[in-house]
Amino acid sequence: MIFTKNLNKILTVVFASLALTACASGSKKAGKMAGDVYTGTDTIEYLATGVKDRVFFATNKSTLTTAARDTLRKQAAFMRKKKDLTFTIEGHADERGTREYNLALGERRANAAKDYLMTYGISGSRLSVISYGKERPVNSGSTPLAWSQNRRSVTVKAN
Amino acid sequence: MKKLISIIFYFLITTNQSFALVEVDITRGNLDPLPIAVSPLYIEPGSKDVKQDDKIIKNVGEEISKVIEINFKRSGLFNPLKKDSFVQNPDIAHIKPRFEDWRLIKAQALVTGKVTVTEDKLRAEFRLWDVVSGKEMLALAFSTTPDNWRRVAHIISDKIYQRLTGEDGYFDSRIVYVSETGPKTQRYKKLAIMDQDGANVKYLTLGNELVLTPRFSPTNQLVTYLSYFRNLPRVYLLDIETGVQEVVGDFPGMTFAPRFSPDGKKIIMSFAKDGNSDIYTMNIESRVVERITDHTSIDTSPSYSPDGKYICFNSDRSGYQQIYVMRSDGSNVKRISFKKGIYGTPVWSPRGDLIAFTKMTGGKFYIGVMRADGSGERLLTENFYQEAPSWSPNGRVLIFYRETKTDSEGKGFSATLWSIDLTGYNERLIETETDGSDPSWSSLLSK
Repeated sequence: MIFTKNLNKILTVVFASLALTACASGSKKAGKMAGDVYTGTDTIEYLATGVKDRVFFATNKSTLTTAARDTLRKQAAFMRKKKDLTFTIEGHADERGTREYNLALGERRANAAKDYLMTYGISGSRLSVISYGKERPVNSGSTPLAWSQNRRSVTVKAN
Repeated sequence: MKKLISIIFYFLITTNQSFALVEVDITRGNLDPLPIAVSPLYIEPGSKDVKQDDKIIKNVGEEISKVIEINFKRSGLFNPLKKDSFVQNPDIAHIKPRFEDWRLIKAQALVTGKVTVTEDKLRAEFRLWDVVSGKEMLALAFSTTPDNWRRVAHIISDKIYQRLTGEDGYFDSRIVYVSETGPKTQRYKKLAIMDQDGANVKYLTLGNELVLTPRFSPTNQLVTYLSYFRNLPRVYLLDIETGVQEVVGDFPGMTFAPRFSPDGKKIIMSFAKDGNSDIYTMNIESRVVERITDHTSIDTSPSYSPDGKYICFNSDRSGYQQIYVMRSDGSNVKRISFKKGIYGTPVWSPRGDLIAFTKMTGGKFYIGVMRADGSGERLLTENFYQEAPSWSPNGRVLIFYRETKTDSEGKGFSATLWSIDLTGYNERLIETETDGSDPSWSSLLSK
C-alpha cells in the first residue's frame, strides 16, 4: 500500500517536472526566476561544498523541478557519505496564501523533498520534516522575487 | 485570568416588548444611524469610588455611558449625541425625562441610569426611552463587583441593541488573537485576549514559541490553538482561567487548524502525515480520535455548522483550494465554491445560514460570505492581504486580519485586526497595543 502510494508520488513528480521543464524553456526568464520558480543563489546556504541546502517551488505547487532534483541528488550523495548525520527538512510557503493551507503546503513540499531523498537510498529515519507555512520568510519583500525565494524546502543538519 | 463574575438581573418594570416603538433595521447597510442620547448614569450619593488595579475611577457612571457610546458608534447603527448638548440632569432624566428637551437635540432614543457603589458591590440600573412617543421601552438593573464595571456597560449595550434591533447583541464578548512583534522574517507571537472593544488586554503565552490560530470553546473557558512548543507543531488546549496547557492527542506529526465542535466536546483539526493533510476529531474527555476525511489532497480549515450536523472545510482536491461541505461523519462531500479564484478559511455563521471565507483572485484578497449551498456569494472587502474571518456571536459582524505590502527594502510590514458588517459597510480598525492576527470572537459571556 505504502509502496504503491510512494511510487505514485514519484511518477507524479516525474511527469510534473517534465511539464515544468517544457514550460520553463518556453517562457521568458525574468531575472532570477523561471516561470515563478526561483533559480538564483542569493538566499542559498551550503551543507558542504557544492551541496545546496534548499530547493524552490512554483506557486501552490510541491512538485520538484529539474534543478530541485539535481540539488536533492547532491544532498543524498552527501548524506550517504555522512552516515552519522540526521536532517530536518523545513517546508515553507510564501505570504500569498491563507495561513492554515500554507502549513499543509509547507508540509507537502518538505515531504516531496524527503521522498526524493529516500528514493536515493536515504533512510526515512534520518529525515524529519517540519512545516513553517508562511511563518519564516527569508525575504521580507512583497514582490514576486521575494515570494519565489520564500517558497522552499530547506535541509538542515539536525545533530 | 480575571474571574468571570455572574451578573444578577432584576427586572424593574416589564414593558410591553411586542409593541414596536423605535426600531433599527440591521439587515441593510445603515446610512442613517439612529440618534441616541446616552445620559451619564448618575451616582447615588454616598457611593464609593471604583478601585481597579492601581486606578481609581471617580465617576463610574460617566465611564459606563462612554463605553456604551463607543459600542454604539462602532456598531454603525447608532449615532450617540454629544453630551454637551444635553439639557436635563442625569438624576432627574432617569426618573422622568422631559421629552421636549431631548426632541430638541433630535434624539430618538434616550438612555438614563443610576449606579450605587459599595466596597464590594456595584449596582447599576438603566432605562431606555422612546423620545418620539415619550414612552419607556426597557428598564433593567444589575449587580456585580465594582471592578467589573466595563462588563456592566457592555451588557447594557447588548440589552439596548436587542430591544432596538430585535436581535441579540455582541458587546459583552471577547476576542482571542495572536499578538505580533519583531521583524517579518522572525516574528514573535503570543496569544492575547481582550474585550470586544479592545480593552483589558491580557497575554496568555510568553512568546517563547510560535503560536497560531487560537479559537474559543463555546463556553469561552478554553482556547484551542497551534503551538510550536519544542519545535513540534501540535494543537493545544489552554484553560484561560487556570492557565493550564495541554497537547491535544498523540499524533505522530503536525496537527493544525483546530476548532471546537458546537457542543464543546470535540476538537476538529487537520493532521499532516507524509505530505497529506486530512481532517480528524478528538473527543476531549474520552480522547477517542476519529478520522473524518481520507483523501490524497490537502484537507484543512474545518468548521462545524452550529447544529453540529455538517462540516465545511478547505480542500485542493480539485487542483486548487476550494470550499467543501460534508456531513459530520465525513460522508456526502460536496464542493460549494465555483466562482473565479481560490477560496480558503470557511467558517460557519452562528446563525447557520452563511459561510464566511477568504478568497484570492487577481492578486487581491477578499473576505466574503455565501450560503451553505454555495449560492449568493457576496464579497465584503478587498485588500492586498487579508484573511481568516471570525463571526460575532450574533452573526452580524466579521473580524479578520490584514497584512500590509512591504516597500522595496522589505520594510513597512504590519498586521492589524479589522471588523466589517455582514452588509459590507462599517469597516473598522480594532486598535491593539501590538500588531495582531488570527482573531477569534467568543460567544456572549452572559445571555
